[in-house]
Amino acid sequence: MSNPALESPKPSPEGLPKVHYLNVDYGIRSWLFTTDHKRIALLYLASITLFFVLGGLFAVLIRLELLTPQGDLLSSESYNKVFTAHGVIMVFFFLIPSIPAVLGNFLVPLMIGAKDLAFPRINLLSWYIYTVGGILTLGALLAGGVDTGWTFYAPYSTVYSNSHVMLVAVGVFINGFSSILTGFNFLVTIHKMRAPGMTWFRMPLFIWSHYATSIIMILGTPVVAIAIALVGIERLFHIGIFDPNIGGDPILFQHLFWFYSHPAVYIMILPSMGVISEVICAGARKKVFGYSFVAFSSMAIALIGFLVWGHHMFVSGQSMYAGMVFSVLSFLVAIPSAVKVFNWTATLYKGSVAYTAPMIFAMGFIGLFTIGGLTGMFLATLGVDVHLHDTYFIVAHFHYIMVGGAIMGYLAGIHFWWPKISGRLYPEGWARFAALIIFAGFNLTFFPQFILGYLGMPRRYHFYPEEFQVLNVMSTAGASILAVGYAIPLVYLIWSVRYGPAAGPNPWKAKGLEWQTTSPPPTFNFDKTPLVTEDAYEYYSAAPAESAAGLTPEKQVG
Amino acid sequence: MHSGHAAGGGRPPALAHHFDDLEQQKEASTLGMWIFLVTEVMFFGGMFTGYAVYRALYHEAFMAASDHLDLKLGGINTVVLILSSFTMAMAVHAAQTSKRKAIINWLVLTIILGSVFLGIKYVEYGDKFHHHLVPGPHFEFAGAHAQHAQLFFSFYFAMTGFHALHMVIGIGLLLWIIALAARGRFSAEYYNPVENMGLYWHFVDIIWIFLFPLLYLVGHHK
Amino acid sequence: MSGLELIALLQNQSPTIPGPGLPIFPAQASNFAREVDWLYYYLTAVTAFFSVLIFSTVFYFAVKYRRRSADDLPLPIHGSLVLEIFWSVVPLVIVMSFFVWGARIYYRMLVMPADATPITVVAKQWMWKVQHPGGQREINELHVPVGRKFRLKMTSEDVIHSFYVPAFRLKKDVLPGRETELWFQPTQVGEYRLFCAEYCGTKHAGMGGRVVVMEPADYEAWLSGAPQGETLEQAGARLYRQFNCNTCHDPGSSARGPELAGKFGKPVKLASGQTVTMDDAYLHESILQPNAKVVAGYEPVMPTYQGLVSEEQVLQLIAYVKSLTREERAQVQK
Repeated sequence: MSNPALESPKPSPEGLPKVHYLNVDYGIRSWLFTTDHKRIALLYLASITLFFVLGGLFAVLIRLELLTPQGDLLSSESYNKVFTAHGVIMVFFFLIPSIPAVLGNFLVPLMIGAKDLAFPRINLLSWYIYTVGGILTLGALLAGGVDTGWTFYAPYSTVYSNSHVMLVAVGVFINGFSSILTGFNFLVTIHKMRAPGMTWFRMPLFIWSHYATSIIMILGTPVVAIAIALVGIERLFHIGIFDPNIGGDPILFQHLFWFYSHPAVYIMILPSMGVISEVICAGARKKVFGYSFVAFSSMAIALIGFLVWGHHMFVSGQSMYAGMVFSVLSFLVAIPSAVKVFNWTATLYKGSVAYTAPMIFAMGFIGLFTIGGLTGMFLATLGVDVHLHDTYFIVAHFHYIMVGGAIMGYLAGIHFWWPKISGRLYPEGWARFAALIIFAGFNLTFFPQFILGYLGMPRRYHFYPEEFQVLNVMSTAGASILAVGYAIPLVYLIWSVRYGPAAGPNPWKAKGLEWQTTSPPPTFNFDKTPLVTEDAYEYYSAAPAESAAGLTPEKQVG
Repeated sequence: MHSGHAAGGGRPPALAHHFDDLEQQKEASTLGMWIFLVTEVMFFGGMFTGYAVYRALYHEAFMAASDHLDLKLGGINTVVLILSSFTMAMAVHAAQTSKRKAIINWLVLTIILGSVFLGIKYVEYGDKFHHHLVPGPHFEFAGAHAQHAQLFFSFYFAMTGFHALHMVIGIGLLLWIIALAARGRFSAEYYNPVENMGLYWHFVDIIWIFLFPLLYLVGHHK
Repeated sequence: MSGLELIALLQNQSPTIPGPGLPIFPAQASNFAREVDWLYYYLTAVTAFFSVLIFSTVFYFAVKYRRRSADDLPLPIHGSLVLEIFWSVVPLVIVMSFFVWGARIYYRMLVMPADATPITVVAKQWMWKVQHPGGQREINELHVPVGRKFRLKMTSEDVIHSFYVPAFRLKKDVLPGRETELWFQPTQVGEYRLFCAEYCGTKHAGMGGRVVVMEPADYEAWLSGAPQGETLEQAGARLYRQFNCNTCHDPGSSARGPELAGKFGKPVKLASGQTVTMDDAYLHESILQPNAKVVAGYEPVMPTYQGLVSEEQVLQLIAYVKSLTREERAQVQK
């Protein structure tokens, strides 16, 4: 007697559609010159996976080095380059693009019933820009690396560092335009290309969160572009913008840098939250609790997120009153996130919860994001941040949000939409197993780092006093488990492209326009432009539970 | 490609495959240009912020440095750019009224005026170079404020340099639009690219209208 | 063992630098440590409460409302305004309590007490140079007596560093070209780790040291035995003559520069019309960028000493200028 909650989606007896976006054309040119948002999403998927593996390798080096208190694996200079590479790659070339460039590019047109994004060629251009930026940055790594930390603080980065700051600065600068173009494309698409009947408040929450993310991308990225450009100019011409010896102010760099880099963390988490909304509703087969509150929370996070950057600078010599203002605002930005967590939890109430891999990832996200977000409160608290700033507490906090949060959300989304993207089902058993391994490995890696931080172990330390060793060993043990956990989906997802059973249009029996077309979809997404007559997540209705193709107008209940 | 487009008669050649009608395409394209301009505001805004901070800190030095800028040339450039915005607007109008030759003529005038601007900038930059006012190892500044004057000039070159870069890109885009206009692409039905070009050009003009008083008129209001 | 005893055991685990093992909390060695720890426990308790609440609720709902059949179709629940308000307002109130408590501690940390003994700290890649008011110098170590208040006046010779003593729960970035301050009152005898907490280059991890808190008697003994140099003021007086500051700033000379004696802490009218106070920052700036704030009635002819004096020497000059009164001026001139 099988447990319905543990059932996997059934293979579709009809098999794959005859012609779809993957087989409509073959050859490398059909990929490198495509304007189909779905193919571009896959180009991004390949690139960011490559960068994730590279960034992960650097993480492995870090954790191996930190097994012992002495710096015995790498030289100090190499270690400093390794953690910088880890940060630069993970932030700029993995996390920021990840969900928007892969899932967003693939799904935004599908979810709103459009044939493509508003500017398909600009979409392709954004991938090329990303690739050029990535190649330059990789080149800098091969040429010997950068040792400034991903934060490039002046005057170390502008005057004292002997590493390839310029190359990486140029690579990151160029990459920023990829982000801007993606955001700009989404904004115009969402404004102008929704299918008939899809009002703003009928849009899926995934779209709302990408809309909010896009606003941050276009407003914030240009400012970090300037900050990086000024670092480059300073390094070349020794002008004195940030060099106090010739009249400059190093704190100005910090303001310009964090003005973007704080909102950037919301670029990294908001799309993930959008995924969670979609997965939870499908996995519990229930309308989201408090739709408009979740939608407005995304916008609130984007807006308030621009006002809190100074919380990275509480001990920098910034004025006390500035510190107090930034502290209050930092607490305020937590509230909409809390609202979302409560709403997702309430969505499960009286739902019909299936234990699919996406759901396991999503429920893991809710718990880990809660911890990560609450530990942010410690850091917004002025009196405590003085002690915790620049320690491993910070490292633990942001990894809980970025890895426990954003990456779990990314994996939830990849699994949830894998049938739509590839037309095939992945092996559910292996996926659930991987999710649990990742959850366990993640917590073992990063929870000890909270304790290390309060004990006082600073960040970016190549070697450390011996009393910190036991916790570091625990952390490295967790990292090895986490690495295994990440490797498993790589294997079965690639396997499934060839050997997975056909998924059919709607294996999850979910609501949403993307499920109203074939898996994989045709190049222009829909055979007929959809007509939207109901709100998002209308699972309950008088009509039968699922409608595989085409939309039948359904009456709303309640 | 095939199936699933708007039913009915032929699609206008200017209509891209993923849009339902020309109006949607136009609205998307215009909104896109406005959003792009917002990003440009943030970009230049970062530089303006840095400039404002240092100007407040080193007011006297900035005044002394600003005195070395040629007010006359700057003023001429301002007039030239405003005129070029006028010719650009006339080009958009010509496109809206389907006057093919007029579009090209007004765009050519715009390019000429833009080139005059760049030419004058070249003269100004050359003069700075000649007087050792380019920041870097060869910078020389007589008087007490040398250190902070160099800061002024770095912002001067960064801000006017990026602005000039936008002008050069703008002229390149104008040439492209002229090529399209020559092929008869624009008419009252479809003139969106010309209009967006106009938006871009006006924006670059507005940036200069902020730059000019901020950089050239620092000391002169007393 | 009661809960309080357990807490006491976990706190104050090691009044000296701990050996290998599994410490959870650092020692409490400053006037701030205890309160910061209590605020930390409060934050931890709230975090634990909400984490457990969310985890267990999600788990409970996932089990209780698991899918029973393939055709399960739950009723839609659109939302509840009351709940939304409740779970917006309650967290808001809680986080505001964090804010208020944290801001109060922060305020006390940042406002320097008048009765704190100043100690100079100069950071450079990759060491800490400490100087006591009596001239005693230390490298990578700071000896202080328990119970007395100290105020660190810190600057960097190169990049940004950060002075961090976990046992004190205190940290402050140390900047080039500017002075930042940190104050504390040690409350427990022992040795505590000192770390650099702002990435500063290759040997950032090695830029550590220790803070040694001693009984007052032991401290006095240490002071007399410590490597003694000139006091800050003596060094400053020497530099004042060495760099010919006296040729312009002494009264009765060609007096091309304003007199400095007795002016510290007083308002100064500038040529631009502004009025500023002659404080540490003003003196620091005037030595390195003399034309930034020229005094009214004087020509901007003072040369810059940027590159000619080190940050340490600037601090010594500032200490000397501060110490000047009219009578002493006359003395030194001899």
